Amino acid sequence: MSTSNAAVLMHAPTTREPSGRRRNRKRGSFGGGNPVVYAIALAVVALTLGPVLYGVLGGFRTNAQIAQDPSGLPSPWVLDNYVGVLTGASFWQYALNSTVIAVLTTTITVVFGVMAAYPLARYQFKGRETLFMVFVVGLLFPATVAIVPLFILITQNLQLGNTWMGVALPQAAFALPVTVVILRPFLAAIPKELEEAAQLDGTSRIGFFWRILLPLSGPGMVTVGVLAFVGSWNAYLLPLLLLQSDMKTLPLGVADFSSEHASDTAGVFAFTTLAMIPALVFFLAMQRRIVGGLTGAVKG
Amino acid sequence: MNSPARGGRGRVTSAWRKRLEIVLFVTPALALFALFVVWPIVTAVQLSVYRWKGFGPLVDFVGLRNYVTVLADDVFVDSVVHNLIIVGGSIAIQLPLGLAIALLLNRKMWGQGLLRTIIFVPYVLAEVIAGVVWFQLLQPEYGVIDGLLGSVGLEAPEQGWLGDPDLALWTVLAVLTWKYLGLAVILFLAGLQGVPEELYEAAQLDGASWWQVQRKITVPLLGPTMRTWAFLSMIGSLQLFDMVWILTGGGPANSTTTMATYLINEGTRSQNFGIAGAASVILFVIALIMAVLYQQLILSRDTRSDVVTVKRTKTKKVTR
Repeated sequence: MSTSNAAVLMHAPTTREPSGRRRNRKRGSFGGGNPVVYAIALAVVALTLGPVLYGVLGGFRTNAQIAQDPSGLPSPWVLDNYVGVLTGASFWQYALNSTVIAVLTTTITVVFGVMAAYPLARYQFKGRETLFMVFVVGLLFPATVAIVPLFILITQNLQLGNTWMGVALPQAAFALPVTVVILRPFLAAIPKELEEAAQLDGTSRIGFFWRILLPLSGPGMVTVGVLAFVGSWNAYLLPLLLLQSDMKTLPLGVADFSSEHASDTAGVFAFTTLAMIPALVFFLAMQRRIVGGLTGAVKG
Repeated sequence: MNSPARGGRGRVTSAWRKRLEIVLFVTPALALFALFVVWPIVTAVQLSVYRWKGFGPLVDFVGLRNYVTVLADDVFVDSVVHNLIIVGGSIAIQLPLGLAIALLLNRKMWGQGLLRTIIFVPYVLAEVIAGVVWFQLLQPEYGVIDGLLGSVGLEAPEQGWLGDPDLALWTVLAVLTWKYLGLAVILFLAGLQGVPEELYEAAQLDGASWWQVQRKITVPLLGPTMRTWAFLSMIGSLQLFDMVWILTGGGPANSTTTMATYLINEGTRSQNFGIAGAASVILFVIALIMAVLYQQLILSRDTRSDVVTVKRTKTKKVTR
């Protein structure tokens, strides 16, 4: 998700409204779709979904069917490929690893991120902007640049090679800048009056943080959390270097399966399809957050 | 700035308490950041001036020789060129295409929400997963792409789309377009939501055609969104790794290497950590230069107008 990092960078110093508040005005002008528009839309949908659907359907065919007629439909429909993947141990192991690593990454990112963003947003102190700039500059460094020393650090110095934490910690570290940069304006936008009222009631700043700020900044935390989760779930390079055998994540598993069973096209399709289901379900559930987070970041 | 002015309530000890709170809140994030971001980057720079094979102390200081080696290596120079082709190609293809689709979809029509969801699907899939599916589709003998081409009488390249050194990079670019076009469309559509309805109405009253409205109103107002998107696309293209690694592994005959695949090859496969360090510093410098140039030349006016917008909203808030 390094791309979204840069997006926020450009608007980092400006404060913006929480992206949860969106205008829902109707687009009316030159309304109505005519047949040409529908035809083009249909073509776009076909090109977009075609490869995905082909993979899903390919999993229901046999290799012989695919070899005979690459563009045909399953006939008869075969469940063996999917059953084979689902009854094998490796798929579930990879799915477990992906889930644990993504949950760890997301948790660390959001907890550390919101903690750091709080003083940056609501405390007045010397060096505040400098501290903030540290994170802003961090947006410019993609994990790729540091990948080789990171590999040495984790496998040799920390002895965390081939562990869940060994992947989650650096992923969280690289997700922190974007998290802090998105969260700070969020926390800053919460009205000052609330804080004063809480103070009059004898609430400390930490009490204010726990009882008022955290609940109110829920949407912002969900946005950065979703970004961190999706980034971790889809990550390839860092897990590729750090994880072996039983500890692999789904993207690694998919890549392995594809090269080890290169001739078993139907099996590869079945494995790949099953591997994309969790991400798609998560996306459909969180769609508005993901799109809102990305567009909010770009529009500034 | 936005934070409430604190203190001044006559509590002297509260100053120390506040400092302690700040340290407490910021330390976890800073520690993580220092250990896993700052330290590795500093190490990369350090490694780049040594010859080091991954074990023993750093003793073999070679100065800038690793940089000379990398820059004189045709494979690396080619990979920089490949990165730049992907940068230019992605923007040149996705900008007009994404804009066209966004303009077409920016109207009341049946199934609009569903359409937007579908367009975004490829972007959500992992690059690896998209890559594996496309790898199968592009297979020379049983791949469906060649099958479809054959059925309309076209001939596919003999070694396959990914096996022909002249075609492989363009094939990768095509798959990347499929994967990332949805992002452009979604961002442009979001930008279009920001164009005030009144402008359309006024233009309509003045008798402007649909085409005139798009050209004179929509596209100019979408400028900032397009420029920001192009920046994102550029940074992403410079770091390209996953898709290439899955589709071609950098081959055939190094025709699709990128800077990232180069440094992974040198670092983890050949254990040339010094060379990899130099390559990653060069990658960073190239990315930085392009980012700064882009910011200075193209984005600067947006930032300036942004400041104005923010000021305006702030004033509004105060008056409210």
